[in-house]
Amino acid sequence: MSAPSDTFDPTIAATPPAPSHAVRPFYWSVRRELWENRSLYVAPIVAAAVVLLGFLVSMSMLSHFHKLTSLADLDSGDLAAPFGAGAVLVMLAGFIVALFYSLGALHNERRDRSILFWKSMPVSDFLTVLSKAAIPLLVMPAIVLGVVFPLHFVMLVVEMVVFAAHGLSPMALLSSLDPVARETMLIYGLITAAIWYVPVFGWLFLVSGWARRVTFLWAILPPIGLCVFEQIALGTHHIANLLGHRLFGAADAAFNSQNPGSAMHMMLTDVDPLGFIGRVDVWLGVVIGAAFFGAAVWLRRYRDPI
Amino acid sequence: MTAIEARGLRKSYGKFVALDGINLRVEEGRILGLIGPNGAGKSTALNAALGLTAFEGSLSVLGRNPWTERDSLMTDVCFIADVAVLPRWMKVSQAVDYVAGVHPRFDRAKAEALLAKTAIRPNSRVRQLSKGMVTQLHLALVMSIDARLLVLDEPTLGLDIIYRKQFYDSLLNDYFDKSRTIIVTTHQVEEIEHILTDVVFIDRGRILLDSAMDAVAERYAELMVTPENLAAARALRPIHERQVFGRGVLLFADVDRGTLSALGEVRTPSLADLFVAIVGGAAHQGAAA
Repeated sequence: MSAPSDTFDPTIAATPPAPSHAVRPFYWSVRRELWENRSLYVAPIVAAAVVLLGFLVSMSMLSHFHKLTSLADLDSGDLAAPFGAGAVLVMLAGFIVALFYSLGALHNERRDRSILFWKSMPVSDFLTVLSKAAIPLLVMPAIVLGVVFPLHFVMLVVEMVVFAAHGLSPMALLSSLDPVARETMLIYGLITAAIWYVPVFGWLFLVSGWARRVTFLWAILPPIGLCVFEQIALGTHHIANLLGHRLFGAADAAFNSQNPGSAMHMMLTDVDPLGFIGRVDVWLGVVIGAAFFGAAVWLRRYRDPI
Repeated sequence: MTAIEARGLRKSYGKFVALDGINLRVEEGRILGLIGPNGAGKSTALNAALGLTAFEGSLSVLGRNPWTERDSLMTDVCFIADVAVLPRWMKVSQAVDYVAGVHPRFDRAKAEALLAKTAIRPNSRVRQLSKGMVTQLHLALVMSIDARLLVLDEPTLGLDIIYRKQFYDSLLNDYFDKSRTIIVTTHQVEEIEHILTDVVFIDRGRILLDSAMDAVAERYAELMVTPENLAAARALRPIHERQVFGRGVLLFADVDRGTLSALGEVRTPSLADLFVAIVGGAAHQGAAA
């Protein structure tokens, strides 16, 4: 199967000890996560491909069945809707794979015992958890941007070409769609969502590092149990409201919108960074999430690895 | 310099005592074989030395406390815990890239040269490799790290004999030098005995033998006794006795070889026979008590 390695090879053995070379443990730890979890970027790309395909079909319908004479034939909301929907779909795909990634982040390595390999490397548990936490909180927003930007660009170009083919001004379309405002909102939305969801990902990391089996059940049953307990014991549902607010309230917290919850119709004027930064629940969430991540570091460091 | 020093090292899981206050000192530049039956405490001792498990008593590895100073210790220590721990999704080239990216003492050229001598292809994933190849890969990575202490816990478990022999030859030829210390545990005692400088027998959390290999040869002698001399030989209080082809084989500790050679054929016992005599004997006494 292999060349015998028992023949003594002096050229290899005589190699002088390697001088210490510079290392980038954080960078390589993040890369290693992307090697293992290719769905992190495949899912958003697939979502974008679906959006683009749907959009191309709708454009061909538009050029076949509508006789476009002026931009007024379509209101700007209709024109903008596919862009917003596309961004939301890609974000949703990224969010879902990030949730599942987090649930396995500190569990899979224990299940397949590879943690003993990772722990044989000079990478501290703090740095390991930090690099894994960077996936949902930094890398995923960057991936979504990296997918949505080109998606929107292609959609815009196609739409402008279709309009020009009908003798309409592509520039009028461009100003109507206002891509700069849209992409600014996207960046703002991703940053605020990453901050907003710190406690959610922190909780999943903690469960991932703690549970020996069935991480999914450990992640969702205790919160549900708390809600049920409160409902029965006190007849109130503060916990359920709190959890619902945390899971679905990111856009409400970040945007000062007239029609809350509808990310597709938000305007640049709805962006409210000062309001977001001033919210107590935002920072309370960050503190609680940091505590969850800290507990996950502690578990990886001090608990028997297998 | 001392690589490992343990005093009163103790570890228990509930009522089960895995390590019962062991004392051990391993000097730098030695190859120590840690030998014991399943559940003897070998892995617990190694895990304590690698900062993977908490312990009572005092333990110093390369001058550091492995539990509280693990992060800095891992630059100087490397270990192979088990053949199956390399992540199965990883490509061979990724494994090399990763270790090069995080380990300041990794010599990439050496790893690639070692891998080139095997049939392992850079594009293969670990899950596609045979068990023997996974071990070769892991060993190539570890041998390219300029670590001061290398710990191998059952590194050849599940490998066939050709790989096992290659593994140890390669370790001795391509890696070991006097500035390094290696600790090996294995069930296949006979395959490592010729590479060891020191041996420790451990059973039920206690050390039953702690000796340099030269001292083992001086201290212990095996006598294949002729039948007429059996009574005389037994009078010298052998620590173990067994029958081979109808002849008594008696194992002695601290008995002059000249005295023994008058009674039959004398030789140095193999580690396996010594292990059976010392650990098996202790188990017997334990069962009787």
